[in-house]
Amino acid sequence: MAQEGDRDARGAAERTARQGYGKLLAFLAHRMRDVTAAEDALAEAFAAALVDWPAGGVPDNPEAWLLTVARRKAIDAQRRRRRGEDAAGHLQLLTDELAADAAGDAQIPDHRLALIFACAHPAIDPAIRAPLILQTVLGFDAATIASAFLVAPAAMSQRLVRAKAKIRQARIPFRVPERTEMQDRIAPVLEAIYATFSEGWSDPAGTETRRRNLADEAIWLGRLLASLLPNEPEALGLLALMLFAEARRCARRNGAGDYVPLAEQDPGLWDERLIDAAETALLQASRMGAIGRYQLEAAVQSAHVVRRRTGSSDWAAIARLYEVLIALTASPVVAINRAIAVAEAEGSKAGLRLLDAAAADARLAEYQPYWAARAELLARIGDIAAAAEAYQLAIGLEADPAIRRFLQQRHNALRAPAVD
Amino acid sequence: MKYMLLIYGNEGEWQALPKSETDQRMAAYRAYTDAMITAGAMTAGDRLRHSDAATTVRVANGKTNVLNGPYAETREQLGGYYLIDVPDLDAALSWAARCPGASHGAVEVRPIWER
Repeated sequence: MAQEGDRDARGAAERTARQGYGKLLAFLAHRMRDVTAAEDALAEAFAAALVDWPAGGVPDNPEAWLLTVARRKAIDAQRRRRRGEDAAGHLQLLTDELAADAAGDAQIPDHRLALIFACAHPAIDPAIRAPLILQTVLGFDAATIASAFLVAPAAMSQRLVRAKAKIRQARIPFRVPERTEMQDRIAPVLEAIYATFSEGWSDPAGTETRRRNLADEAIWLGRLLASLLPNEPEALGLLALMLFAEARRCARRNGAGDYVPLAEQDPGLWDERLIDAAETALLQASRMGAIGRYQLEAAVQSAHVVRRRTGSSDWAAIARLYEVLIALTASPVVAINRAIAVAEAEGSKAGLRLLDAAAADARLAEYQPYWAARAELLARIGDIAAAAEAYQLAIGLEADPAIRRFLQQRHNALRAPAVD
Repeated sequence: MKYMLLIYGNEGEWQALPKSETDQRMAAYRAYTDAMITAGAMTAGDRLRHSDAATTVRVANGKTNVLNGPYAETREQLGGYYLIDVPDLDAALSWAARCPGASHGAVEVRPIWER
């Protein structure tokens, strides 16, 4: 019996943690203006639940129970920390603030958006924003985040601690920016969510569950952001972009685990439901009349997946979209994608001319997709020697074994010139 | 004549000190502050938070750039200071961005150590 109660309690605590962690933490951090202290109080409350719930049963409203205990723990901890003269005054303030919300327990105010904006504040190191959001909103521990981002656990843990100390010491506010500042402030939030997605995306086979989960969690965050900021077209644009990419996950590797480029993917393996959801989000965003990077990238994806109905991607549209994106981002990576699209729409020589122009950016010398694109186009115009050289460079720069194998196959297949 | 005494030190070294040593240093600072107050020389002074808590603001072509961390270049020299009292970092950053110095140099925003 006791064991069964234990299991029930553990299950209830885990469910509450999964669904409500971010909301509870956001509420506490917002009130205490201190993420670390809020995390400690909430961790103590979860520990208390695992002791109390097996004996007394799972409360009707587990979140409210946890919040009440966490509040008490927060006040206790504050009392221990501050023994100076101002302790009494400060404690009274904290007690009042925490009690003020205790009245309407049933509905815990949702401060997750304010928490997300604090984590992605311009005064926070850009590299730690995404990990910080994962830890505070989703409750990931530092070791899990470290392995997902390929960083040593001790280093990740230290950077998270430092970022939270900065929030407290510099008094970074927990608030949703005003309309006038939204455009500047939402950019780092979107970037952090997209970085999370990209980390998960880099494990297409889904062999590493932690990484695959990262893509799911990023989509979850994207949905949350779009629902909390329904009038931000770029929040919807990012959600659409992630859904389009996720829809093609299964098609990116064949049965042998080898890389399959987009142009050779079987549209039958694409997830129709996710594509429809992506199209809906993109359409909704485009009606708001403010174009942006994520909407454009999602539109590119949309022009690719028309292939499921028409049999071919709309390369002319893709080239045009990339042109607008270049004007917006000045990114050399976008320049390569545009060159590839132009090669498809107008021919390999036109594509190669654009690649030559893009190569002025020195960063591309060590960028695998640049050399792979170059090799492919050189092969198409029959310059086999130059293509082989470019493939060799691309292979040497690639870290993913599946993509490396793919490039090696292309390299080995170079023989008779195929006239464009 | 008014003068500003700017205290430079090695934060890492300070943090690595045993508590007895930091207590001794703090006591020395208290005595020094008291001596200046008694002598009528003291106008104001504060201990600053570590440079980890710093944020640097620059304005270029009318665009405000906010960077995590302290001012770290040696091209410019310290030329002045403002001590401000505002509700949070966003308010401090918006004043920093309006400082004329942010357009031709940089303004570092460092919280004051409050107990």
